[in-house]
Parts: sequence; C-alpha cells; structure tokens
Amino acid sequence: MAYEQRQNYEREEPQSQDMGSDIDHDKKRSIAIPGEIIKTGKEYLPGDGTRREGDDIVASRFGLQDEYNRFIRVIPLSGVYIPRRGNLVIGKVLDITFNGWIIDVGGPYSAFLMINEYPKYIESDDLDSYIAIGDLVLCKILRTKRKGLDLTMKSRGLGKIDDGMIVQINSNKVPRVIGKEGSMINLIKDATKCDITVGQNGIIWIKGASVSEELKAKEIISFVVERSYVSGLTEEVKKYVAEMNK
Amino acid sequence: MEVTRLTKKRIAEYLLQGKRFDGRTAQEFRDITITLGASNMAEGSATVKLGKTEVIAGVKMNVGTPYPNEEESGTMSVGMELLPLSSNRYEAGPPKFDATEIGRLIDRGLRDSGMIDFKKLCIKVGEKVWMINIDIYSINDDGNLLDAAGIAAIAALRSAKMPKYDETTGRVQFGEWTDNALPLDLSVMPINVTFHKIGDKFLVDPSAIEEDSSDSRMAIGLSEYQGKVMINSIQKSESAEMSINEVEQVLDMAEEAFKNLKIKVEKALKEKK
Amino acid sequence: MSYIKRFDGRKFNEARKMTAEVGVIPNADGSAKFSFGDTIAIAAVYGPKTLHPQHMQNPQTGILRCTYDMLSFSVSERKKPGINRRSQEIGKIIEWALSPTLDLEEFPNTVVDVHVMIIQANASTRCAGINAASMALAQAGVPMKDLVSSISIGKLDKQLVVDVSKEEEDYKEGEGATDMAMSFLSNSDTLVALQLDGKIQPNTLKEAIKLGKEATKEIHALQVKALKDFMEKKQ
Repeated sequence: MAYEQRQNYEREEPQSQDMGSDIDHDKKRSIAIPGEIIKTGKEYLPGDGTRREGDDIVASRFGLQDEYNRFIRVIPLSGVYIPRRGNLVIGKVLDITFNGWIIDVGGPYSAFLMINEYPKYIESDDLDSYIAIGDLVLCKILRTKRKGLDLTMKSRGLGKIDDGMIVQINSNKVPRVIGKEGSMINLIKDATKCDITVGQNGIIWIKGASVSEELKAKEIISFVVERSYVSGLTEEVKKYVAEMNK
Repeated sequence: MEVTRLTKKRIAEYLLQGKRFDGRTAQEFRDITITLGASNMAEGSATVKLGKTEVIAGVKMNVGTPYPNEEESGTMSVGMELLPLSSNRYEAGPPKFDATEIGRLIDRGLRDSGMIDFKKLCIKVGEKVWMINIDIYSINDDGNLLDAAGIAAIAALRSAKMPKYDETTGRVQFGEWTDNALPLDLSVMPINVTFHKIGDKFLVDPSAIEEDSSDSRMAIGLSEYQGKVMINSIQKSESAEMSINEVEQVLDMAEEAFKNLKIKVEKALKEKK
Repeated sequence: MSYIKRFDGRKFNEARKMTAEVGVIPNADGSAKFSFGDTIAIAAVYGPKTLHPQHMQNPQTGILRCTYDMLSFSVSERKKPGINRRSQEIGKIIEWALSPTLDLEEFPNTVVDVHVMIIQANASTRCAGINAASMALAQAGVPMKDLVSSISIGKLDKQLVVDVSKEEEDYKEGEGATDMAMSFLSNSDTLVALQLDGKIQPNTLKEAIKLGKEATKEIHALQVKALKDFMEKKQ
C-alpha cells in the first residue's frame, strides 16, 4: 500500500503511536510473529501490522498482539521510528538551506522545517542566527510526504532546546514510557521533579534542577524501557523509585 | 542521531562534577567480558565486550619468507575492520583512516612491548619463518573500539595454539593444531588506554556519545617491563591542544588505569580458560 | 561405493545442532545469530532509511540490499579481509531469498541494509545467514509476509541428506556431491530460493525439496522461539 494511502486508512483505527493513551500496558499480551495467524473470523478487521488472508488475520510485523473493538493489530516494540502526522518530535539540525532547516528526527525520512513554520517572521539570510546546525529543536510533524516530513514550530511549547539533557530510546517504547493517559511519565516527573518532554521519535528531553535529578530520571526511563514487555510494570517502577529515594 | 551541541555541553558539565551518564567515574572502564575460542578455525580467537562495545579478534598463521633485514624473525601483521553491521556509520569498502590507525597502534603496542618472541618463530634463518596475522573486527560500536580491540588481540594470542607444520613439504597443515602455545612473554600484557578530553576534564573508555563529544584524544600503549610500567606508544589525535600540565596529568592517570585494567583482563582471561 | 553412514554419524534426515538468538548487536535496528553445528552466522539490519545517492532511490518502494562476508579466520586457510566475488554473489543470493517476503511499498525511496557475517564456517553458510537475517528483519520491524527458513540438502552419490557439512560437500565417490541450498516461507508451501550444484534427476530433486521443507520446520520453530525469548528478556 502506498505511503500516503496508508496514512488515510489508519485514521479509521486507534493510533497506537499516539501518546500511548489508549493502550492498557499492564495487560498480558501474546507475541505476534510475521506469517502467523492471530485470529480467524470474518468479523475481525486487519489493523496496523496485520493483513487479511481469507478468513484469517495474519501478522505482518513482530510485536505484541492487540485487539481493540474488532481491529486486530500488532504493537511493535522494536524497529525504526515510523513518523505520523501530529507527532511531537525532537531532532537535531543537520543543515540549513535558503528556505529552512533540515532536521534529523530518526526514522526512514529526513525532516524539513520551512522558514514560514518558524513561530515568527524572519529573513531567509538570518536563518542560522535563530537555529544553527547542531541545535536541538522540539517540533510537530505537519505532514508526511513520499520523500520526507514537513515540520512546524508554530505551536505553544515548541522551539529550540537550550538546556537540560536528552536521552534516546527506541521509538516503539515511547507509549510505555508515557503510559496510559500519561500515568508512567507523570510518575517519573513527580519522583524526580524534572520537566520531561517525550518525543514520539524516541528522543526524550529532561530538564531538572540539578545533574543528579536528571540522571535519576534517565535511570528510571531505562528501567521502564528494559522491561517494556512486562505486565504490572507500573507497580515495579513505584518500588524502584522508592528504593532510589532511600 | 549524531550527538548535539547540547549533549556535548551536558557531558562536559557533568564531568566537572565527576559524573557520567552511565554512573561511572571519569577513570572507570566498563565491565569487560572476554570469551575465548570464538571461532574454532582460528589458531586463537576471542570476543571482548566492553560495556556494549563488542569486538572479535582472530589469529591465523602461515609460513613464509622473513624480511630481508630481519632474517631470523617471524613476522606479524595486525588489521582492524570497522564492519557496517557494527554501526550505521560504517559502509562496506576498504578500511578508512580510523581502522588503519587502530590496526597500526595495536601492532606497535604488541611489537614494542616484546610480548611476542619473534626469534622463536624462525624455522630456517633467511628462508622460512612463521607469519602471524591478527584480524580484529567490530561487532557493535558503542565507543572505544581501540582499547577493546587491543584486549581482544592479546586474548586471541594468548589462547592460540601453533598449527601443525609438515617439515618435508614445508607447508602448514591448516585445521590441525599442536598443543604448543605461541612464544609469548605472559608477564608483558600490552594494554592500550585512550584518554579523551571533554571540556576541561579527561575520561577513559568513552561510550559512543562521549566519544562523539570529545575534543581531543590520546591513545597510550602501556605494558610491564621488569616490574615497571612502561609506555610503548603514544598517539595524540584530533587537533585540540593540550597543555604540558595536562599531558602530565594524563600520564599519571595512564599508569593507574593500566594497573587496574591489567588486573581486570588477567581475571577475565583466567575465568574463561 | 554409496554413502551409507554420515561422516559425523548423523541420520540422513538429521540436521546438526542448531541455535538461534535475536538482538545480538545493540546498534542495529534488528540483529540475530544462527548456527548449524560449527557454522555460525550473524546478521544485522539497518533501516528502512533514506537511500543515498538519490538516483538509486525507487519512488514506488523501499529496496533491500544485502552484503555477505566471512571473518578472515572463519575458515582453515585465512581469507583476506574484504568482499570478494564470491561474497558479492552470495550477497545477491541472500537478497533474492529475502525479497519475496518483504513488503517495502510503505517506505518509498528508502533502503533496508542487511549485513551477514560468517563467524565460523563449516558449509551451509548462506543458509545460516538467511536464517539469521530473517529474524533480524523481524526484530527491525520490517513488514514481512513470513519468516524465511533455509537449509542445505545434499545428495551424496545417490543418498539424500539434510544439512550438508564441509566434509560432505567435498564427497567425490559415485555421483559425487550435489549441494542444494533452499529457502522456504515458513507458514506456506512457498519456495523462495533454490541453488543447486551437482548432478541430480528431476524426481530426486522433487524429493529433496520435500525433505528440505520438512527440515525447515525445526528451523522455523527455533526462529520463533528466539524472537519470543528476545521479547521477554531485559533489553
């Protein structure tokens, strides 16, 4: 299915990459292996990572099986970042052209922030005085095209990242780190008193009062990422945090 | 994603407080795991894991003619390959500068330390000697391939057995081995410690992110000679300058790092025997 | 003189001891290790990622690119490091074996790089490589129809055997050795690659293919287990 067509198709089913809010992470799930039948029955619909073969819904990706309404899908826990429109992403500026910045957000495609998606009006020969090569930026994906992504910085909270630190995780673990309705990320924020912004592309921005706090947040995030398959993880994290604070 | 200015800044700031992203001190090496016999067709082989960095080294031997100005010595050649499978930064093709530099540094360290008794590798003066080929490959690059490769080379050499040699045909019987080890001085242990300068501080055994953030580096090859720690080679790379005071600091740290590392490597080698 | 007992004592339809492990190279998007007895292969997958140079891009789909190489010390007589003609040929063969199972239309203008490296060689290296690459592609999240399982079937004189060793490859008696490397899609009766060297009658070849399909069931089970173990362990 062509890249753009897939984008439209996916609007009919829950966005598994979006904020992780609809997935109950603590539920125990079966593993999906490409080529294996997940469910049989005409009443089921093939969602992300699956396809229909006759009466069967077959896995096309490696991950965890999930059933939501009548959609059968595979939740990936590994692999590259698949960008989607609306995603919040953190990226590094690779290059500057006459009308914008080329940004690396990971995944298969490069991203472009056009000059008129910068929050205010600037001259095209001034670009690098606002955002220079090597800088980190927080943006949103405006649209996905065949050859790349268009970004925007025109929303509240978006912009250049000047302090704090960043941590890189596999983008497929982001929903786990955020948790159902933000439960996990809020737990980590409270435990460390850090500001944490999670890019859907797996780059996480941590800003704390001190180095120790930031490193603590990094450690808890690593803890979550290493156990992404485990059900009942929220409780384990609470215990881990309690141990840390002793 | 390649390292950003912000991360470099952060790493330097943390270092000023004696902290690193993974909780180590500036002078600490990551956990070392050495596995001998990684490839059973080699005369000797070993994989070394330094944290997540993994390299594999193998020793192959053959017979050939000696160099004209060293008629009673065996020969050695050390090569490093940075494999595309170990990082998205390496593409297939002839070795790039980094790989050649690593191979040469390890070669010098091994030669200048006197670990291998090349004279004992002579079969017939001026005509036939043993040739040692050490090939080291990167399997996963999470920084500090050079130091890991050096340890792998030693482990492969120390666990190697001489292949069978047919005197009548003058050929090696590949795939068959004697029980004899290579002529090595086991007390020598040439180890390379690379120092990286980030901001105003030095650290050893950088992870990939730290390596990308470093301003300059100095690779120091050390070994023991008659109970004393000796420097066999120094290579200062990148273009940042170091004050004489800083160089002295690094030399002091090098001796300390060597002693600690030697103990770790000896221990790991013993465990894997 | 017909081949009545295998050099290493195995039954004719018995493969060597096999192992499989996923996630062996942390930097890679997907990676795995697979072994047939003494033959060990590792594979790493990087991608999908934008393909450079631009003129090589395919605007309809992502493409697959495979390399194959052997460690200099993986064979008894040292192999000079670097890709030679044989490596290039086998790289292409691995590509042909894996392409049918991949669906890269979702990723136009990209490339999926698969790197196979042989750590230790005792025949069947390309089969081990394909088995490893298949798991690595799954871990990398590349959309796949199915896993690919590969095995070598040999005919030594008139006897068909499963999983050819180096010694068997060199068999010279009677009709000599015929080496057949075959790869199947695991959940269907689909053959994705077949390479043959030797002398074999068509009916015997049909038998060999059936033998191969049966033998790959064990391989597939191992690949699935390795993927499941990877999912469940601390990463």
